[in-house]
Amino acid sequence: MIRLLFLLLLALAPRPSPAQEAAARFGTGDTRLLVRSTTDIAILRPVMERFAASNPDLALHYEQWGSNALFAQSRAACRGEAAPADAVLSSAVQQMVWLVNAACAAPYRSPATAALPEARRWRDELWGITTEPAVIVYNKAAIAGDEVPRDRFALLDMMRSRPDLLRGRIATYDIADSGLGFLFAHADSLEATTFGSLLEGFARIDAVATCCSAEIIRGVAEGRYLMAYNVLGSYVLAAADTAEVGMVLPEDYTLVLSRGYMIPKEAAAPAAATRLLEFLLSPEAQEMMARAGLVTTLDAAESGLTPSARRFIALSPALLVARDASRRAALFQLWDDSFRPETAAP
Amino acid sequence: MAETRAPRSLATRVLAAVFLLLLLGALLVTGSTYLNGRQAARAAYDRLLLGAAQDIAESIRVQGGAPFVDLPVSAFELLAQAPEDRIYYDVRGHGGRFITGLDPTLSIDAPATDDTGPAYFDAALHGEPARFVRVTRRFAERAFSGEVEVLVGQTRRARQALTVQLVVDALWPLAVAGAVLMAISWVVTRSALRPLEALSEDLARRDPQDLTPMQTDRLPAELQVMLQAMNRFMSRLDRQVEAMRNLISDTAHQLRTPVAAIRVQAESAQAATTEQDRSRAQERLLARTRSLGTLLDQLLSRAMVIHRTDSAPRLPVDLREVALEILETQDHELLAPGVEIRLEIGEDPVMVRADAFSLREAARNLLSNALRHGTPPVTIGAERHGPQAVLWVRDCGEGPSHATAARLGERFNRSSGSREEGAGIGLSIVTSVAEAFDGTVEMTREAPGFRTALVLPAEPETP
Repeated sequence: MIRLLFLLLLALAPRPSPAQEAAARFGTGDTRLLVRSTTDIAILRPVMERFAASNPDLALHYEQWGSNALFAQSRAACRGEAAPADAVLSSAVQQMVWLVNAACAAPYRSPATAALPEARRWRDELWGITTEPAVIVYNKAAIAGDEVPRDRFALLDMMRSRPDLLRGRIATYDIADSGLGFLFAHADSLEATTFGSLLEGFARIDAVATCCSAEIIRGVAEGRYLMAYNVLGSYVLAAADTAEVGMVLPEDYTLVLSRGYMIPKEAAAPAAATRLLEFLLSPEAQEMMARAGLVTTLDAAESGLTPSARRFIALSPALLVARDASRRAALFQLWDDSFRPETAAP
Repeated sequence: MAETRAPRSLATRVLAAVFLLLLLGALLVTGSTYLNGRQAARAAYDRLLLGAAQDIAESIRVQGGAPFVDLPVSAFELLAQAPEDRIYYDVRGHGGRFITGLDPTLSIDAPATDDTGPAYFDAALHGEPARFVRVTRRFAERAFSGEVEVLVGQTRRARQALTVQLVVDALWPLAVAGAVLMAISWVVTRSALRPLEALSEDLARRDPQDLTPMQTDRLPAELQVMLQAMNRFMSRLDRQVEAMRNLISDTAHQLRTPVAAIRVQAESAQAATTEQDRSRAQERLLARTRSLGTLLDQLLSRAMVIHRTDSAPRLPVDLREVALEILETQDHELLAPGVEIRLEIGEDPVMVRADAFSLREAARNLLSNALRHGTPPVTIGAERHGPQAVLWVRDCGEGPSHATAARLGERFNRSSGSREEGAGIGLSIVTSVAEAFDGTVEMTREAPGFRTALVLPAEPETP
């Protein structure tokens, strides 16, 4: 009877991390610090190793998740339906803002967090750790010199003038699969009317909506795709064969994302989580992340961007719009009309 | 009076009162500022809330037979004006059917209302106090008709922060003004009390024997009143001290001769060899003793008169009654038995404002003098001459010599060698009474003889 009950409980218990993509462990200390992140382990490894080395009492468990799965898991944890992480680091910041708005985060304040710009913190419960532009990447072998589009208008023109070259060979995030992809699409839809034209263009040349920065960039490097739109610059640097891949910060405007760090209010080791936060904000970690491409200095001299062309995606309640069901439905509709015209047609 | 110190100085009292007043004012102002600030913050953020809700309501359109919300970012940017506050929104159709919103699993307990206008209410959002507004939009389309409700809410951090800021901003200048007022009131109080301090110092430095009046000029009116009263008191004290001193020295002086004479008579009685000598000496001794008694009576009466002129209240007295009383007591029978005394009074009262006892003493002494030194018959009378009321005694003799008359009324006139039961003390009592009630003593020789009169200002007749 008891065994039966136990089995029943086991069956009812949430499956252990079904959407977890990879995991790693740094340090062998007594205190377990569980970090769930959308960032590839490979990119953050040096930073985490350094943190574990300077905090020998901690055992840092790093789990890599897809953004939508991570959001669902964090939401469940907030309701007490799943085991909470000690820290959540996600690039889909609209989901993080939603979690903070739903009172799922614990507040923390220190000189380092207070020094962050307004756009990179909210309520002292969510902090922007990185500075990453959304870029256009291209295969250097296929496109070079003046052919490289410097802004969205050039990209539009290119799709219009050379559809045969680009047909089926432009990739971008699938907004349904990726929280980050949706965020970029949402931000684009707010920024300019070019978004509609872009979607039309993508539809005309049968652009590919797929998943995951690393895969898209690998595709560009291998020549499967000639170009990719709205991928994170950090993955370009992290990819093995960067020599093949060129990167453009669109000059009309460049979206700049800051990955959101949050300490769930049910965190088992909040103190350790704040230590990780302090470390990530420290000049040392910022320097290491800059080498990994997670922190980009967007000086006009280096990037060629005018200040008005930099569009930070601010951590603010306005991002809640990106989570709105009807808004999402509308954007998905628009997206599907472009990418899957035969299925989306009524 | 000079050395005692009040436990709390007047300045401290005044400053404490001012401080209390300011404190009370500050409390009232703080309270009202807080209420105002809260009201202002509420109004300001309620408008943002309403703006956002109306923004969202405007964005609702009917699509495919159902309301569809194209959620405007501007609404959220409005709400983000309170950057630290959590947000709630939902849009519900007929019967509370969820159209879109923050979280379908979360619902807010909104109070029911029939009002179709924007309705504000307070409720908790994730355990934090929050403010909500509900806006209703009506549709009457072919495809859809009915009401759609938009509910927008926000936690209250920004409101509280604004309230605190408004209160602090308003109270800063008030606090400074309060401090300045306190300083000014300190200065004003000190300068207002400076005359009082100077007066206290003056009193402290003063010789306790010094009863001369104090300077009252350049003092505030209130202090002048006080100081004048004090000066009056001191001068009365001075007069009484002086009178007492005079009395003592007079008494000593007046008693020395009769006491010496009594001693001589007693010695001669003792030394008498014959019974006749002894009885004569004893007779003289008795006479001397009797006259000493009279003298003592007069001294006492004079002391009494002097005391009363300062202390007894002045009442309306009819001089005719005084004269009548003197006759009725028949004291003169002892002094001059068988002498005829006449009374001369009119129909109308002769009113003065004085002390009846002192007047009686004066009249008695006038009468005694006339009986002793004058020639009978003696007449006593009272009459009124215009503004003067007169109490007089007249005999039919020549009166004293001019030289004696000139000295009459002085204190020490016994040295002039007059008789022992001299008119000196008697007249000096009359003079004292006259002076005390602003009158004079007049001596005149007229047809029947010599007249001595106490002339006082007449009191207007009382009905």
